Amino acid sequence: MLVNPISKNNPVIVLVLGICSALAVTAQLKPALVMGLSVTVVVAFANVIISLLRNTIPARIRIIVQLVVVAALVIIVEQFLKAYAYEVWGQLSVYIGLIITNCILMGRLEAFALGNRPFDSFLDGIGNGLGYTLILVIIAFFRELLGSGKLFGFQVIPDCLYEAGYVNNGLMIMPPMALIVVGCIIWVHRSINKDLQEK
Amino acid sequence: MKSLRNLLDKMKPTFSEGGKLSKLGSVFEGFETFLFVPHTTSKSGTHIHDCVDSKRTMFWVVLALIPALLFGMFNTGYQHYLAIGVDAGFFQTFFWGCLAVLPYVIVSYLVGLGIEFIAAQIKGEEIQEGFLVSGMIIPLILPIGVPLWMVAVATAFSVIFVKEIFGGTGFNVLNVALSTRVFLFFSYPTKMSGDSVWVSLKDYFGFGQAQVTINGFTGATPLGQAVVQASSDSLALTNVVGEPLTFWQMFLGLMPGSIGETSVLAIMLGGLFLIFTGVASWKIVVSVFAGGAFMATIFNIFAVDAYQAMPFWEHWCLGGFAFGAFFMATDPVTAARTECGKWIYGFFVGLLAILFRVFNPAYPEGMMLSILLMNLFAKVIDYYVIQSNINKRAKRAMVKSAK
Repeated sequence: MLVNPISKNNPVIVLVLGICSALAVTAQLKPALVMGLSVTVVVAFANVIISLLRNTIPARIRIIVQLVVVAALVIIVEQFLKAYAYEVWGQLSVYIGLIITNCILMGRLEAFALGNRPFDSFLDGIGNGLGYTLILVIIAFFRELLGSGKLFGFQVIPDCLYEAGYVNNGLMIMPPMALIVVGCIIWVHRSINKDLQEK
Repeated sequence: MKSLRNLLDKMKPTFSEGGKLSKLGSVFEGFETFLFVPHTTSKSGTHIHDCVDSKRTMFWVVLALIPALLFGMFNTGYQHYLAIGVDAGFFQTFFWGCLAVLPYVIVSYLVGLGIEFIAAQIKGEEIQEGFLVSGMIIPLILPIGVPLWMVAVATAFSVIFVKEIFGGTGFNVLNVALSTRVFLFFSYPTKMSGDSVWVSLKDYFGFGQAQVTINGFTGATPLGQAVVQASSDSLALTNVVGEPLTFWQMFLGLMPGSIGETSVLAIMLGGLFLIFTGVASWKIVVSVFAGGAFMATIFNIFAVDAYQAMPFWEHWCLGGFAFGAFFMATDPVTAARTECGKWIYGFFVGLLAILFRVFNPAYPEGMMLSILLMNLFAKVIDYYVIQSNINKRAKRAMVKSAK
């Protein structure tokens, strides 16, 4: 439950959920990591709460109940970031609020938490959140390294390379390149896990 | 000829299955079919082949690009000597341009063909010949100031992500050479646009002069100047030393710009050859020019600034318009394939090119973006042309059966 979503059932590269935020926040490593951890926290606790309530929620209004729970958690996370990591909060701007509409959350709540016990749901939430974080960090690693020559804001490409004529790749900062990097990750992942390849 | 054939026949067993170098079989096969038309015939159904297979077609396009390449070499040297204020003879000018341009051709071919060869080995297929043309077009559409390693990166990117991923030659949605340019344009904007990349001020092995320009030097292309002067009363386009540019000079191509795109005359020589041999569709060429003229005329009628008042024949001659119309829009893989679709496709390529050029000063070269955009729409156009034809015929059949 904890390990499965990190590779074989990864929410981003196998289920193809949460792509929009993967494109928007991955120009640098720091916001990507914070975004990934925020989603992990929200999805884990939302899973637990919905799992506890699963026998009392009427089926017809379950989406609304889920939304209320998620929205409450997201606002807590947002306030927390605002208080302790103001700079990153500014970089992420609306995307923290948009966690509410992240498909991974609704997917896990609908598909898992509504039918499983709280502890299992918690592990499932952590696993999915970490799977999402992992992909975001990989994308951000390449985008920040090739696009700005930095990692976590520190310059890693030596000055002598720049003097020799090296120039950062501007396209890497733009969203289209994130899509191509995701494509490359899927490519590598599918060639390792042959059973995932579509016919 | 015969000795070459004998040599190939002698080498063949080494590369065939079971031979010592059987892993390199597709490389040998590629060279063999490049040198001699293969004798294979189709195995299913009845087909009639002539000797013109795709390697021969590609070779014609490369041949058609030679005038633009030669003129590009001359113009590169000409701009350089004009900028440093030295009156060099014709041969020295050409020789210098040759030294400046050849590295781009070599890098583009090395990287692109290298990737194609490796991909063919991995997939165990024949080597596909599409890059013969792309490799020649890529240097022609770049400014002379781009560093070579960027050309290598961009070529690798577009061969892998625009072509091989979709299944290789004949399956690409976008034009490979233009994707290379667009990758460079968005990745390294400082090296692909602006005033300092169009005229080379380097010395090669002691020829030419580095960074010493005469007074009044300006490296901006005519289109770059037009954007700057848009708010003035009338455009005063100049060459690199500030002398006014005549229409005849624009037509000949004696102005700064990407290496092979400046001369309409040289491009037309090659382009007409392509149309004559049937490789390029004359419908697309004609409709691209018509679309450009149409949009430029609309701008002329409602002109509010000097750029919009630019007449269409100048639009035709400036930037990559003519080059795009003859060599890129007509790419048979990425263009529309229905006869009616070709008219629509070409018309919009020309129309959008002028629209982008005039309305968006950040992208002075509208031709690149408009062709790529219409590449995406080509299949949609084809689909609707075919559908409307089906509907028309269905209606006719209905009427007949009703009688």
